[in-house]
Amino acid sequence: MTVICVVMGFGPAAAQPNQKPTMHYEILVSQSPPTLIKHGHVYSLGAAGTITDADVLIQNGKIVQVGANLTAPPGAKIIDAHGKPVTPGLMASATQLGITEVDLVAETNDSGPGLDYSRFDADGYTAGAKANERVASAAFDVSDAVNPNSSLIPVARIAGVTRSLTSPSLGDGLFRGQAAVINLGNEPNLTDKTKAGMVVDLSSGDAQTSRPMLWAQLRETLDDAREYWADRAGYHRPGGARDQRSNRIDLDALEPVIHGREPLIVNVDRASDIHALLQYCQANKLKLIVLGGQEAWKDAGELAAAHVPVIIDSEQNLPGSFSGLGGTLKNAARLDAAGVTVVFQPQGGTAHYARTITQIAGNAVANGMKWDHALAAITKNPAQVWGIDSSYGTLEQGKDADVVIWDGDPLEVTSAPIAVFIKGAQMPMTSRQTELRDRYRDLAKKNPPFGYR
Amino acid sequence: MNPTKGLPAWGAAVIVVLTLALAWWLIPHASKDVQVADQFPNDEFPSTYKPLPSHTTLIRGATILTATDKEIAHGDVLMSDGKIKEVGENIAAPSGATVIDGKGKFVTPGIIDIHSHLGVYPSPSNEATQDGNEATKPTTPEVRSENSVWPQDPGFTRALAGGVTAMEILPGSANLIGGRSVVLKNVPSITTQGMKFPGAPYDLKMACGENPKRVYGEKGGPQTWMGDVAGYRAAFAKAQAYRATWRKYWKTKAGDPPDRDLGLETLALVLDKKIPVQMHCYRGDQMATMIDVAKEFGFRIAAFHHASEAYKVADLLKQNDICAVMWADWWGFKMEAYDGIEENIAMVDHAGACAMIHSDDPIGIQRLNQEVAIAMAAGRRMGYPITRAHAVAWMTRNPAKALGILDKTGTLESGKMADVVVWDGDPFSVYTHAEKVFIDGALLYDRDNPKLSPRSDFELGQEDNSHTGGAGQ
Repeated sequence: MTVICVVMGFGPAAAQPNQKPTMHYEILVSQSPPTLIKHGHVYSLGAAGTITDADVLIQNGKIVQVGANLTAPPGAKIIDAHGKPVTPGLMASATQLGITEVDLVAETNDSGPGLDYSRFDADGYTAGAKANERVASAAFDVSDAVNPNSSLIPVARIAGVTRSLTSPSLGDGLFRGQAAVINLGNEPNLTDKTKAGMVVDLSSGDAQTSRPMLWAQLRETLDDAREYWADRAGYHRPGGARDQRSNRIDLDALEPVIHGREPLIVNVDRASDIHALLQYCQANKLKLIVLGGQEAWKDAGELAAAHVPVIIDSEQNLPGSFSGLGGTLKNAARLDAAGVTVVFQPQGGTAHYARTITQIAGNAVANGMKWDHALAAITKNPAQVWGIDSSYGTLEQGKDADVVIWDGDPLEVTSAPIAVFIKGAQMPMTSRQTELRDRYRDLAKKNPPFGYR
Repeated sequence: MNPTKGLPAWGAAVIVVLTLALAWWLIPHASKDVQVADQFPNDEFPSTYKPLPSHTTLIRGATILTATDKEIAHGDVLMSDGKIKEVGENIAAPSGATVIDGKGKFVTPGIIDIHSHLGVYPSPSNEATQDGNEATKPTTPEVRSENSVWPQDPGFTRALAGGVTAMEILPGSANLIGGRSVVLKNVPSITTQGMKFPGAPYDLKMACGENPKRVYGEKGGPQTWMGDVAGYRAAFAKAQAYRATWRKYWKTKAGDPPDRDLGLETLALVLDKKIPVQMHCYRGDQMATMIDVAKEFGFRIAAFHHASEAYKVADLLKQNDICAVMWADWWGFKMEAYDGIEENIAMVDHAGACAMIHSDDPIGIQRLNQEVAIAMAAGRRMGYPITRAHAVAWMTRNPAKALGILDKTGTLESGKMADVVVWDGDPFSVYTHAEKVFIDGALLYDRDNPKLSPRSDFELGQEDNSHTGGAGQ
């Protein structure tokens, strides 16, 4: 912790005012002593299951050992968890963490092709909102925009969120672009994995289009990509792919998708649309992940058989559109019971509310999902779905040490982390919000004035 | 000795009347120039709400959170004739009363959401159903949300399943002055008047900051916050003149009555403090400005809504007796919400000001108990000893106060409307459900009985309860 304070506050950075006081993750890791968390109620999410009194040894950014009565290596920092829950760091999926700061301040919002501010409705949401004329496309890649200094990142991580599947926003345009896995550590570069999925919005929520139009465009674009990649060198030849409607940059970006290496993350609610997608993706050997999925429970058997995961916000029980008339709080429980891999996104999929994934998981439990399955839906399951399960998602030897010690049941709304580790580095439990809180804690105190606190 | 002894009763009455008449004549009166009381009409769409049939019901042996800072560990609540008759311990069951075993259960007053757009921005959301903002000009005091509410919004039933028994439906925040709000009981009804909370005053919805600028910035303004403020002041200055014109007419009855202006009529009622203002306002400095505008014209701001920065001006709110209506953890979606913090409600409450939760959202309204739990826990973590007996007021008593209906509902006290929720556990746990919801003593939602789970007309023939469960549960 000393290291963190020095680098952040009054150390070398203060001596060189022109130098940004960034924290260097590499320094933190190499200088982080081994850490032994003692006496945790450890939810490993791995083969060891839940261990009521276990220790977790962290060294060089990795989990070295999990088990009872571990011996602390020399110089290790020891933290007694006093029987409190210890879990893997949580993952928020399908948010815009790292690519938006203030949603309605256009220059801070890199989640889409650029927003025409004047066309938002009074409450700032999508009714009447329209992306500008630039075309959102498969080539759009969020990893070009990830901002390690975003104030949203500390806000989320002190709530236990250590990873995010950061994805383009939904809205106008079928292909919204490529998602990335990021970690929420104090690193200058947070991106762990690019091209983690290609986001497609098939929700047809926009009066400007219709299902047949969206499907025609989806087929055309993917057919274009297949033809292009079958003869990429012939792009400029007469009759080559250059005559296609799709942009070359988009066709380039679609290569891993058409070859089944990168999943399509398709936003869709209506059961019949999900069914159609399953058939199309199977016929074309595409890897599919369903996003939104308000009526996914109706397709649960089919989704399970096809091993297609579903990313949901468990609270979406309103018939908000005619595509979601079957919305129910039991969606998560029913999908899970049918064997579908469930992954939770925060309330409304919103980056600022990444910390709500525990509440989303808790509400799924309140409506019939098994508790440990709900915890898996914000740890182990997203790790598998986003292809990072070799390094993250469980508390097992060899994994990155993303570890959270909680003051109570992690899925309970009154609980909060006591300590958060990301890749072995203990995170400061502060954010822009805790600083605001502390500045205004005592309104009666006149000195120093607020601006100097 | 009684001086009237021996007088017949009628004689005593005559003496009393004559004495009073003499006193009236002798006491100096205000001049004949006395202001004629304002006569602006204020009840054009009267409530037709009638409580649904109820049984005398005793909830026995539950943990009772009365919302008067009291927790009764093994308490009873007796309801009859639609009212709370008694709250306490070991209450005897009247004969024929329905007795509910409260073991392991919690009882609270019904939740009141002071900021909802159910019915005016209903589900499903599409162009045909967007009736919340009359965004045609920046000042529209003439419109009323009650004329937009679609009582068949399925969202009402979901809110009921979340323990919400009353809510204020406001116009949106596109306009500086958005129109009148209406307080509704959360009962299934064919008409909006059939939901209208009897005796609840109207409120006027006004909005600070970014939204009016965004909507009108390129449509003739206001384009700036200073333009917003000038807009409020101009509207109330006009209303003062309008009121003066009518007062002159009522006094003299000379000539034809002045032309009616429905918007100015509403604003005149606001100036008369018969309609308080519910003010959408995120920033602390903007709240301070609005307090001065209210003082200039003599209207009353009941509460600042959204109030992301209420914690910065909690002392000012307390001093001016204005409530703050907040979320537990919403922030950052726009610039004026950038400084929102989870401790907001707890800090405002700690400063002695009136703090409460709200949803502004058809999903959030279903679990305001959880949002209060988040706010309570955030406050506890910063060292405030907030009990659940205290925090429950953030979703019951305080919204009732800000709506001017605390004499009727909002706490579990005898004589109040029996708006009551039985929870299957601690309401401040994510795992707890509202199990039974009573409105005026009538059991309107029962989680264990699909027949007591209302469905709106819209949902018939779409999905049925066997698939989605009662009230979308």
